[in-house]
Amino acid sequence: MSETVTTSETAGTGGHGATIELENLTKRYPGSSGPSVDNVSMEIRAGETVVFVGPSGCGKSTTLKMINRLIEPTGGRIRIGGEDVTDMDPVKLRRRIGYAIQSSGLFPHMTVAQNIALVPRMTGWPAGRVKARVEEMLDLVGLDPGEFHDRYPRQLSGGQQQRVGVARALAADPPVLLMDEPFGAVDPITRDHLQDELIRLQHELHRTIVFVTHDFDEAIKLGDRIAVLRERSHIAQFDTPEAILTNPADDFVSGFVGAGAALKRLNLTRVRNVEITDYPTVAVDDPLQEIFNKLRSSGTNEILLLDKLRRPYKWLRRGDLMRARGSLARAGTLVSDTVTRDATLRDALEAVLTDNAGRVAVTGRRGEYEGVVDMETLMNSVRELLEADRLEAAEARAELEAARTDRTHAEQEGDDRTGGKSGEVRA
Amino acid sequence: MSFWEYLGNRHQQLLTDAFQHAGAVFQCMILATVLGVALGAVTYRSEWAGNLATTATSTILTIPSLAMIGLLIPVVGLGVPPTVVALTLYGLLPIVRNAIVGLRGVDPSLVDAAKGIGMSRVARLARVELPLAWPPILTGIRVSTQMLMGIAAIAAYASGPGLGNEIFRGIASLGSKNALNQVLAGTLGIIVLALLFDAAYVVVGRLTIPRGTRV
Repeated sequence: MSETVTTSETAGTGGHGATIELENLTKRYPGSSGPSVDNVSMEIRAGETVVFVGPSGCGKSTTLKMINRLIEPTGGRIRIGGEDVTDMDPVKLRRRIGYAIQSSGLFPHMTVAQNIALVPRMTGWPAGRVKARVEEMLDLVGLDPGEFHDRYPRQLSGGQQQRVGVARALAADPPVLLMDEPFGAVDPITRDHLQDELIRLQHELHRTIVFVTHDFDEAIKLGDRIAVLRERSHIAQFDTPEAILTNPADDFVSGFVGAGAALKRLNLTRVRNVEITDYPTVAVDDPLQEIFNKLRSSGTNEILLLDKLRRPYKWLRRGDLMRARGSLARAGTLVSDTVTRDATLRDALEAVLTDNAGRVAVTGRRGEYEGVVDMETLMNSVRELLEADRLEAAEARAELEAARTDRTHAEQEGDDRTGGKSGEVRA
Repeated sequence: MSFWEYLGNRHQQLLTDAFQHAGAVFQCMILATVLGVALGAVTYRSEWAGNLATTATSTILTIPSLAMIGLLIPVVGLGVPPTVVALTLYGLLPIVRNAIVGLRGVDPSLVDAAKGIGMSRVARLARVELPLAWPPILTGIRVSTQMLMGIAAIAAYASGPGLGNEIFRGIASLGSKNALNQVLAGTLGIIVLALLFDAAYVVVGRLTIPRGTRV
């Protein structure tokens, strides 16, 4: 019971999430020459999603596993929600930290419901509350409780298993969620869905999420901040995705970002953030003469025909109308692709590039017409975005310089104090 | 007297012997299972200890059963005690070996997950590792039982219970008119018992292997 209380208290410290502070965290395996994780310090804010990304073997997974002490650190401190957890009982600690791994880690001999109920049961929730919680969690991850409650993991698809894995990790309402390449083993389409789901979940829950991946695109998509790690878990850069894309700290980071940083930047902005132009439209019931008039008065060469539900239906050109001879049934070209306001600029660009006239209709929630995005709008927006990023990065750099100078000053003045502090850490 | 007449005349005695035979094997199997699984659970995580446990139990198995019982008589006396000790020791090997193989075969990522969500060492073993290792352990128990059925017959040498008495009586009076019938009745009785136990294990497997892991 007392654990439940602690959990809710910890959850209370940062809204829903809790801060995680790593201080000089080190892991040295006996028999190996150098440490696997060398002196990592970082501060993760409550409710933010931080992604550790780096080449395989760089120690990102080891660093993650030290947070819930699946791997015991050889040196350094870990604080969660301000509380030092480096020496607390690891079993109790782990019940307060959600943990989701690659290939879901569901126990095959337990049903979906039993898997999800594990942690709440272990922390001593009453049976009624556990039951209600299982239903709630299934709902949360988008699985119908009636259908999936009594299934066994092997009766689920990879994506569904992964959802249950996330539900299990979140079941006891932990303020912190650790995810170790959770979407590494599913196919690209499912992975995309799961990433979207995670973004939606995090929007509702505001947990502190630490996510490990080697896929930089996944990092950009999910992370509020990204820590690019090089060997021994040295932090090459720890910043927002925008900043890393436009202003990589060094060659290692830019190498990892890979080619096409500007293109990747498009993933970070949604259609709703750019200007959507209004386009002349007509309804499918309008008389032909009215359509002619509208086209003439609009001054454009083309007009968008909407169906009865105001969804984009056909593009009509002047020539199409001339040849139509009184019926629109065969005139114009069908609208092949539309994007929503939530689509990324990359999706929009894709649609614009495949459209033979270089524009795509933007639709609302139920597919109704909202506007049009064309090549020119996109190019202008991207140019503005990159410019803004560059400016921001320059500012951040200046601030960092200033802070560093301050610190150097402080250190020079108070050498004794710093010496004493590091001594304390070692003890 | 034909074999069938013999069975008709002696069915009372035969049933008692069969019952005692089955009872001895069953009880020793429970002992061997508890000891074997415990031994496996304690040793499987260390390469060295696991191998030692397997080697030790297989060494026991190489001792001829007659010799084993003979050696036990001066230590624990006649009758039931040497039977129980011998049968339990013989029953260990398949169970220990399968328990170690089964526990080592549990997907490490599942063990990692169990640890990661905050299961204690004991909870991990009881709720994840042993249930997942149960099918091979059950196979070990089955093999062990078949083996003990035969070995239990030797127990009669130390005045132990069971169908072995029938066989030994037959062998002792070779040439008399009922000798062959006695040996035959004892042997066939053991075979029938073994088949019955095997059928029971199929049912046990159905009931105890969770649906999610059944192939």
